[in-house]
Amino acid sequence: MSMTRKQKRLAVIGGLGAVLALAVTLILFALRDQIVFFYSPTEIQTKAVAAGTSIRMGGLVKEGSWVRTGEVNDFVVTDGTTELTTHYNGILPDLFKEGQGVVVEGAMTTAGTFAATNVLAKHDENYMPKEVVEALKANGEWQRDGAPG
Amino acid sequence: MAIELGHFALILAFAIAAASAVSGLWAWNRSDRIGLVLRQGAVLQFLLVAAAFAALIQAFVTSDFSLAIAWQHSHSAQPLLFKITSVWGNHEGSMVLWVLILVAMGAAVAMFGGALPDELRTLVLSIQSLLAAAFTGFTLFTSNPFARLSPAPFEGQELNPILQDIGLAVHPPLLYAGYVGFSVCFSFAIAALISGRIDAAWARWVRPWTLVSWIFLTLGIAMGSYWAYYELGWGGWWFWDPVENASFMPWLAGTALLHSALVMEKRNALKIWTIFLAIITFSLSLLGTFMVRSGILTSVHTFAADPTRGLVILALLAALIGGAFALFAFRASALRQGGLFAPISREGSLILNNLFLAAATAAVLTGTLYPLILDALTGRTISVGEPFFALTFGSIMAPLLVVLPFGPFLAWKRGDLIAVTQRLAGAAGAAVFVTILVFALSGASISLAPLGLLLGFWVGFGAIAELIDRAGFGRMAIGLSMRRLIGLPRSAFSTALAHFGLGVTVIGIVTATAWQLELVTTMQPGTSKPLGIYSITFEGIDERAGENFAAETGRFVVTAPDGSTRRFAPERRVYPASGMPTTEAWIETYGFSQLYLQLGEDAVDGSHVVRAWYKPYVTLIWLGPLLMAAAGMLSLSDRRLRVGAPRPAAAKAAPAQ
Repeated sequence: MSMTRKQKRLAVIGGLGAVLALAVTLILFALRDQIVFFYSPTEIQTKAVAAGTSIRMGGLVKEGSWVRTGEVNDFVVTDGTTELTTHYNGILPDLFKEGQGVVVEGAMTTAGTFAATNVLAKHDENYMPKEVVEALKANGEWQRDGAPG
Repeated sequence: MAIELGHFALILAFAIAAASAVSGLWAWNRSDRIGLVLRQGAVLQFLLVAAAFAALIQAFVTSDFSLAIAWQHSHSAQPLLFKITSVWGNHEGSMVLWVLILVAMGAAVAMFGGALPDELRTLVLSIQSLLAAAFTGFTLFTSNPFARLSPAPFEGQELNPILQDIGLAVHPPLLYAGYVGFSVCFSFAIAALISGRIDAAWARWVRPWTLVSWIFLTLGIAMGSYWAYYELGWGGWWFWDPVENASFMPWLAGTALLHSALVMEKRNALKIWTIFLAIITFSLSLLGTFMVRSGILTSVHTFAADPTRGLVILALLAALIGGAFALFAFRASALRQGGLFAPISREGSLILNNLFLAAATAAVLTGTLYPLILDALTGRTISVGEPFFALTFGSIMAPLLVVLPFGPFLAWKRGDLIAVTQRLAGAAGAAVFVTILVFALSGASISLAPLGLLLGFWVGFGAIAELIDRAGFGRMAIGLSMRRLIGLPRSAFSTALAHFGLGVTVIGIVTATAWQLELVTTMQPGTSKPLGIYSITFEGIDERAGENFAAETGRFVVTAPDGSTRRFAPERRVYPASGMPTTEAWIETYGFSQLYLQLGEDAVDGSHVVRAWYKPYVTLIWLGPLLMAAAGMLSLSDRRLRVGAPRPAAAKAAPAQ
């Protein structure tokens, strides 16, 4: 059972290597498969995101588009160019408003609508998600600092 | 007037800190002359920053809106408690709190570090002063909390309603105490690198500071998690939000540091690694406090971002962390290394613990920073969320939990794995039995739940088994075992309690995730809906006016299977001062489980959307960290470990002139 100094060092380095290899493999594997990409409605259309792929989508909630039947919510998310009907079953965050920015998590359905599993709420009522600002800027919808026009 | 005095006190503290840092680093090896000056300077810094902080509190309490941050973040109608907590509910004020805790730590070293060798104390105080100078300077020059408005507005703009909660009174101070406490470990590490002297006594001196910070951080994170759970109304208790990760990483690294310092203390080995961990833990704490303030991360915790401030923060972090690592790279080889040892031994198991914790920290760090890096390199926006962390963090922690119970059983120097396995067989059997029992009774079958539950019970029972084994139950008369149990050192109890707490948390996470019931529905007043074995009755809505808000309160009655009823009153509030709505969930605790009720929007016909969760054994998630913190306090109270330092023999072993 007694190991030489060299064997001990080998065992320690071997263990170290094994754990590191495990960690690196896991991280790389997870970075390939477990991350969620962000799209604007236009990008979803142009890049033909496959139905069922988990993504995040952001834009503005179109004025007058929010229809609520009990706990079932339907609204349209727009980036000024493309509109996307979004469906969410649950209680929307306090700061969800028509005309405001929103980020939803979920997937496209085969019917071409977006099924949201999560609507992201933020703490500040003036808050505009960074992703939404950039998506709007890309579509020329961004008119002034702090709020869309 | 008081505000100007506060401002002046902070400037003075900055000057003293800068002077202490420069003179201390210049003349640390002539401690007989400079030592006293540095000690007095540290206490003075604390008194001055405390005065500055008191001036801020006074301005907020008296609603003096000529103070810009009071105008931005407070309102005269807020309850007194929230006027006080508003002081640190914003970037500038929270910086003063952060600095206050930093200089309090420095003052504590100056006052209670009497047993430390003069040189070490002087160096530690110099580095604490350097940190204090850097961050008071940052506060004064980029985020001055004492800026005034003229003319003074009549009314303030209210603290964000979500922050108007007892949580803000508890969570940030605890968390900051944890973050900043590690600055002392950092200073000890840098001191060792500069002087080139480090030994087992060093580890003993660092240990209480590591423990105290770790206790605060554990409580701070648990408290933050519970606050998010009841306040944000999503029913979740951990979101893998960048800021949560940022508080979790120093905790993981700090936990590793606690364990590696043990090896250093007992076996005089692992010195360089321990120094490295001390530096990395505080660096991660800095990252945790400041990454969110630089505006490069979007998070629920982000304060209003100012781009120039962000650059200063990044430069400051780069200088401090980069400087520390440069010193480490340059000087680490000068430290005398301890010997190697057998892989199967107590120290071997502690190294394994460190390996896994370091790997877990790396995984969390990757997940937190990867979106930033990808965005900077390719412009692609991604989010790394729960699936990533569940896979990487979960897979790294699982083997750690498997080997964890073996550690305390193994002897130092050389352990016998087979003998230990035999002694742990009982715990393993019990864990398997209880897991099978739970599944037989609940009838649920969820893919990974049995594995998680088994691990939780294994860790929990393993911790108890260690105590039973050391007391010799079953090998000798019960009375004798009882006496042996009582006679065990407190460190044995604290180890067992901390590991048991971890097991408790794991069990809570698994049960609350796997057996959670959720109900989203629309309810008419007077109707009932079932949620598992509970029945929820909606009676109606009341209107009420709070101190600074108006609320719709739902009247609900929940009937438990034994026929007992409890009232639930979830609310939807509007805060007129800011026009902001909030939803206040109502939570009732049944045993270790909780029922969570949230009130949604109303419809024209008077019905309301209701969202309810049944979360079995969810409180175990926070009970575990409480046990861990209690274990930490128990360990602190162990004279054998706490003292160590002032004994003349230990002082002689430390470097003499």
